[in-house]
Amino acid sequence: MAAITVRQAISDALREEMERDENVFILGEEVGVWGGTYAVTRGFYDQFGEKRVRDTPIAEAAIIGAAIGAALTGLRPIAEMMTINFAFSAFDHIVNEAPKLHYMFGGQFRVPMVIRAVGGGGRQLGATHSQTPDAIFAHFPGLKVVAPATPADSKGLLKTAIRSDDPVLFIEHSTLYQWRGEVPDGEHLVEIGKSKIQRPGQHVTLVTYSKMLQLSMEAADALAKEGIEAEIVDLRSLRPLDMGPVIESFKKTNRCVIVEEGWRSYGVGAEIAARLYEEAFDYIDAPIKRVAQKEVPLPYNRELEQLALPQVKDIIAAVKEVL
Amino acid sequence: MKKEEALDLYRQMVLIRRVEEQAALLYQAGKVGGFLHLYIGQEAVSTGLVAARLPQDRFITAYRDHGLALNVGLTANQVLAELLGKATGTSKGKGGSMHMASVEHNFWGGHAIVGAHLPIAAGLALGDQYAGRDGVTVCMFGDGATNIGYFHEAVNLSKVWKLPVLWVCENNQYGMGTAVPRASAVSEIRQKAEGYLIPNSRVDGMDVMAVKEAAAEALEYVRKGNGPYFLEAITYRFQGHSMGDPERYRKPEEIKQWQENDPIGIYRKFLTGGKKATAKELDAIEAAVVEEVAAAVKFAEESPNPAPEALFTDIYVEAA
Ligand SMILES: Cc1ncc(C[n+]2csc(CCOP(=O)(O)OP(=O)(O)O)c2C)c(N)n1
Ligand SMILES: [Mg+2]
Repeated sequence: MAAITVRQAISDALREEMERDENVFILGEEVGVWGGTYAVTRGFYDQFGEKRVRDTPIAEAAIIGAAIGAALTGLRPIAEMMTINFAFSAFDHIVNEAPKLHYMFGGQFRVPMVIRAVGGGGRQLGATHSQTPDAIFAHFPGLKVVAPATPADSKGLLKTAIRSDDPVLFIEHSTLYQWRGEVPDGEHLVEIGKSKIQRPGQHVTLVTYSKMLQLSMEAADALAKEGIEAEIVDLRSLRPLDMGPVIESFKKTNRCVIVEEGWRSYGVGAEIAARLYEEAFDYIDAPIKRVAQKEVPLPYNRELEQLALPQVKDIIAAVKEVL
Repeated sequence: MKKEEALDLYRQMVLIRRVEEQAALLYQAGKVGGFLHLYIGQEAVSTGLVAARLPQDRFITAYRDHGLALNVGLTANQVLAELLGKATGTSKGKGGSMHMASVEHNFWGGHAIVGAHLPIAAGLALGDQYAGRDGVTVCMFGDGATNIGYFHEAVNLSKVWKLPVLWVCENNQYGMGTAVPRASAVSEIRQKAEGYLIPNSRVDGMDVMAVKEAAAEALEYVRKGNGPYFLEAITYRFQGHSMGDPERYRKPEEIKQWQENDPIGIYRKFLTGGKKATAKELDAIEAAVVEEVAAAVKFAEESPNPAPEALFTDIYVEAA
């Protein structure tokens, strides 16, 4: 096992799948000559050439639309949205075309494509460039939405996404690329739609994913020093959503805090809480709490931005409220 | 053009240059966050356009907006304070580099989603047309922005509704690292206006006098109720797309060649060669600008951050 960054893990997954299957190709803005604005596809243009690493005009709808069309012919496009904020410019194709075609045409069409998009706040990019709109995309049946945190999950889930016969939105986080962790050697695949216990504990269940896993781990370390053992469930995939490990953990702890970076209203936390009420009502010993982004467009000023984003101390405070 | 006005254009271009040089230093010192897109090299475009405007003409642009902000009359204090996220900035510290604006100066913003402000510009123009005002909306955007659907929808609409818009494409040869011919089916961007039967022309965007003249003619045409006009300004950004651009897509020689056509240098030659100003006068202007900008950096650094309560203000319009 080697310790590598999330960036390397994603890059390795892309390269391995492109080497494995000639039908896999990449299209997006600055993915080629530039090497990807987050340096994920650095060196790909030289290795695979312009046929398989395609720089596109700034035309998000055309990027996703063309990927859908190519996927219908049997290719396996990986379409990159430079950031998830620009996915709104392709919203129709992402939510109203890709996820509908297989179902609506009675199973005749297949759309085996991946949309890579990086999101998240914390870099002072202002209101239009800092969003975590994961929940919005997870609303649409027919689209798979994957948002891993660790290097191992990033690699394994991306490889599986590329081999999936359905459209997968693969959400990365701009402040996780440097996160280091062990990734199993050789072929490493992770099934889509499986939550995972990232840290065992018996006093409270923390349900989270993506960047907020990192903060939840920190909070759990701090809580452990006070004798509070938090169990952390990493959703890894928002659709399909695997409630199994969440409910199992909750039956043991009877307390739950959901930590997400996006806005609270109509968010991931709202869904998890509702499922717990529906599926584990008899095990609830305390109100289920949500830690989420304040309901404002993210401001540029560093201090204001940090005030708006969930912090480790917010997680700790929420845990103490439910204990 | 009166001498004062001629000298003021020089002052504006130098001001943009010096403010942005300081902005780059502040960015490197970690005091400016987010993305910082410099306008250095393109100063003649916004300066020439603004020189030709009437006060009722609205301006709107993309994220490379510091130059326009200074041209319309925002102070170096306000611009640098916004870059530092301070309460005294143009957007009270909430917008940052990409989101400056001043309704008072009829400047309707820096917008960071490529192409998204073009339909908004059409709407600004619709507002003036609807009310019977004679203002023209001047909408600036990059070459890269002409490849997104928003561009085509807005430009088409402007022709169909005969909206009073002056579309100005700043063709600086690249959208990020992608050279125009690698992304656009036509390299002469003004040809895209032909498809919508919008009259158009190209202008040397490194020559502030040429831009001013072309803009004045175009504005007059639009103001008379003829509908939109499309101007393509040929220019070049001397710095990377934003701070930290590895610039693997262009050669240093190419940058050097364009730098020989520095818009400030060209204009300086024009002023001194035509005996419109002496080198001494221009040097005095430069010295005054340096002082002004140094004071503005101090002002910005000493300005307060927004209060924590500001996080929750201006989400909705507050009832009077
Ligand atoms: C819809 C959208 N897609 C992608 C981006 C990322 N992006 C920001 S600037 C830019 C290049 C724009 O080039 P151009 O329009 O030529 O303007 P320039 O930067 O050269 O001034 C890109 C791709 C964005 N902000 N919005
Ligand atoms: Mg450009």
